[in-house]
Amino acid sequence: MTDTNALLQLVPKAEGRQSMRDFKSDQEVRWCPGCGDYAVLAAVQGFMPELGLARENIVFVSGIGCSSRFPYYMNTYGMHSIHGRAPAIATGLATSRRDLSVWVVTGDGDALSIGGNHLIHALRRNVNLKILLFNNRIYGLTKGQYSPTSELGKITKSTPMGSLDAPFNPVSLALGAEASFVARTVDSDRKHLTEVLRQAADHPGTALVEIYQNCNIFNDGAFEVLKDRQQAEEAVIRLEHGQPIRFGTDQTKGVVRDPATGDLKIVPVTPDNEADILVHDAHSTSPTTAFALSRLADPDTLHNTPIGVFRSVDRPVYDTLMADQLDTAVEQHGKGDLAALMTGGDTWTVVG
Amino acid sequence: MTSQVSSPAEQADGAVVGEQRKAAGEKDVRRLDRVIIRCAGDSGDGMQLTGDRFTSETASFGNALSPLPNFPAEIRAPAGTLPGVSSFQLPFADHDILTPGDAPNVLVAMNPAALKANIGDLPRGAEIIVTTDECTKRAMQKVGSDSSPLDDGSLDGYHLHPVPLTTLTVEALKDFDLSRKEAERSKNMFALGLLSWMYHRPTEGTEKFLKSKFAKKPDIAAANIAAFRAGWNFGETTEDFAVSYEVAPAAKAFPPGVYRNISGNLALSYGLIAASRQADLPLYLGSYPITPASDILHELSRHKNFGVRTFQAEDEIAGIGAALGAAFGGSLAVTTTSGPGVALKSETIGLAVSLELPLLIVDIQRGGPSTGLPTKTEQADLLQAMYGRNGEAPVPVVAPRTPADCFDAALEAARIALTYRTPVFLLSDGYLANGSEPWRIPDPDELPDLTVQFAQGPNHTLDDGTETFWPYKRDPQTLARPWALPGTPGLEHRIGGIEKQDGTGNISYDPANHDFMVRTRQAKIDGIDVPDIEVDDPDNARTLVLGWGSTYGPITAAVRRLRAAGESIAQAHLRHLNPFPHNLGTVLKAYDKVVVPEMNLGQLATLIRAKYLVDARSYNQVNGMPFKAQQLATALKEAIDD
Repeated sequence: MTDTNALLQLVPKAEGRQSMRDFKSDQEVRWCPGCGDYAVLAAVQGFMPELGLARENIVFVSGIGCSSRFPYYMNTYGMHSIHGRAPAIATGLATSRRDLSVWVVTGDGDALSIGGNHLIHALRRNVNLKILLFNNRIYGLTKGQYSPTSELGKITKSTPMGSLDAPFNPVSLALGAEASFVARTVDSDRKHLTEVLRQAADHPGTALVEIYQNCNIFNDGAFEVLKDRQQAEEAVIRLEHGQPIRFGTDQTKGVVRDPATGDLKIVPVTPDNEADILVHDAHSTSPTTAFALSRLADPDTLHNTPIGVFRSVDRPVYDTLMADQLDTAVEQHGKGDLAALMTGGDTWTVVG
Repeated sequence: MTSQVSSPAEQADGAVVGEQRKAAGEKDVRRLDRVIIRCAGDSGDGMQLTGDRFTSETASFGNALSPLPNFPAEIRAPAGTLPGVSSFQLPFADHDILTPGDAPNVLVAMNPAALKANIGDLPRGAEIIVTTDECTKRAMQKVGSDSSPLDDGSLDGYHLHPVPLTTLTVEALKDFDLSRKEAERSKNMFALGLLSWMYHRPTEGTEKFLKSKFAKKPDIAAANIAAFRAGWNFGETTEDFAVSYEVAPAAKAFPPGVYRNISGNLALSYGLIAASRQADLPLYLGSYPITPASDILHELSRHKNFGVRTFQAEDEIAGIGAALGAAFGGSLAVTTTSGPGVALKSETIGLAVSLELPLLIVDIQRGGPSTGLPTKTEQADLLQAMYGRNGEAPVPVVAPRTPADCFDAALEAARIALTYRTPVFLLSDGYLANGSEPWRIPDPDELPDLTVQFAQGPNHTLDDGTETFWPYKRDPQTLARPWALPGTPGLEHRIGGIEKQDGTGNISYDPANHDFMVRTRQAKIDGIDVPDIEVDDPDNARTLVLGWGSTYGPITAAVRRLRAAGESIAQAHLRHLNPFPHNLGTVLKAYDKVVVPEMNLGQLATLIRAKYLVDARSYNQVNGMPFKAQQLATALKEAIDD
């Protein structure tokens, strides 16, 4: 991805300089003190001026859940809709108004449980939406039931003997749903989060950004291993396009392809195998390697968790194709003439 | 010859209005004022196409008509079985007619199953054209008969025309490079040709239609036209068909103008496009395919040059969700569905009530509950439209009365949605959707102005003098809130399904505010300006028959029969079911008896009994078919005499 994408050019630019303050609404933020959502909100509000779009042409649409209160705090247009349906509503808005920058804010319950269908279909259509999926691996607003990303055996109020269902890996799911842009980041890493937002905003089509977000009330410390500076060095794999995939203290671990299975595996880097270390290619036409990367993390311990942009490829955008068909129809048949339409083929005249 | 023809006077509904006369071809021609034909065959026999073409020929000839397609939900049920029978009934007349007719005068049966499924509806003396080459032993066994009706005497009393339709069709197409199976497919066109001869229908339209339908397969077009002409010629030459019939154009039934034939779903689609033009807003349809509403999705998808966006969603919920999103962005937003889809959309309709955005929900009702009878008609979604949501969530309801009226009803629903910033239900049904009638094509300049004023700037001054925008500050007249589109500088605002503070639209859990908002949303809908209901009561009757929706045709036909028999009865028909016309209570109280015929178990009757404390009586039918005029007339007579 080089220059700002052509679709972004359809959205009017801000006239003057913007600051983070311009994007704060007058509403009091009501998340629990210490919630990871605050950090994401600050990062988004801080990033928006960099985007430089006219504030009135930005819309945030959300579903239901803690994170879905997000639009109230953004001084843009916004809709806090109903559970799971934000991608569908945003699809109608984005496909009818290409002059808008449309963002969806959703959570693991909202996007992957009740709204799973809308999410996968938005991804396969490649509607021009930026979807921020706040994943805290728990239901917060309903007070602590396990979610579709909770680890197997999770003890919660609704699963006192442990949850029975295997979790979704949102990145794997999105890649399987033909997503053209999939990234993962962490609420507490402002710099990384902002960089991922930058790339997502610049992507023509649906961008799915999974944000690991701490719920300090019902699932505190769920991502601690990725946040604690010392543990993170060993646990986090930072993906950068064009760079060898290495991590660990002093970059001593690397990802290589297993010639026997074709799958990826982690090895200690040695002078002998250094040349074999996989170079990350986010723009690869095939999603195979991106999918393999998404499977590296241990779902229980989160060790070997890649963050960054897994996949970012150009493919036709639904809104553009829809608009093109309208233009083509006018070219082929002329602008619609209601009188001619109503008259149709077979008519007869009754004279008075 | 004439001895073989049943006396026209015995025929169900058609009256002979002219004496027999000799046509040029030495055959008798009789003039009738009204005929009802029915074609029946396998779902794959092309009966609906045959019916459509005969309807178009008849409409372009200028007859009044009121067709009734009737087909199973299965696309191709096993051939030759009773569940697979598909039929098309068309009455046409030289005068205004309102219903598909009670009993056909003519039945074209393409196989024994079609004969068996339909014979019960035929009065003695009716003409039956039977495809003899389908009456094999095996075919008879499929419908549970050992003997052929052609020779077991079971059709005595009918005027039977045994025609080897399949053989004749194949014979007529022998010069074409077609397999026998391919040639057999044209037998419906042979039947259409024969019927067209019998009733003096113009044929140019059908030939033109076939050429255009099979433009990419000229051989198939030519074969179908050849079969069609062979059918016509068969009628002309064979001695079995001694008489043909003329039904004069219904000139007096129609005011001057240019007419076309139009189905309910087509009229509704055109109404939506017209509303978009009159509102100067782009049309956005979010929809999921469902019978019998899908034709609206198909039709609107063909008119992208009107700026129409059609979005086939992943499910019913996404269909209305996308529409609501488009409404937020300033489109004239529509979702189309049937009863099961409405159930799925309920939560989003509630959100639209809360957001107070314009949105049309088109419900082409079908038999329920659950999947019910997908291809049959019913009016049993009225209470779902009225009350099928959580919380107090009033939604206006508009119902068309005839197929062509779907056009005007769509414009009216759009007017209410746009003026009052509310979702609106448009309740059509399967009978209107697939039925058709002549429609006087309106001049676009006659259509109502639906232009909308979007919010452009601040609408409120705070105590400190600051100018601001309040998304829930209402118009004092309509109680509508401003519609501020994204992209308008300075009006950035957030809306949602959580209760909002009056005026500011901010989240509010305040008890008094919620009470106020619930009452205000109700008052907005109650205050919608709808025209008074008109009563047709020429002789100061004591009994009123009140209907809504597609029962208009049968009720009006029944009322005419009663009045012709010297009875007094008043008739009124509701287009607006929420809110009701403001004079409805007064009208109802002016009659001793109020009868409400409905294709449900009394949903409108329940509403008016609750609202007006009127002892309305229900007359109900839920068999998937429209009322028959005679049956309704009998029921109304009982009410009058009671």
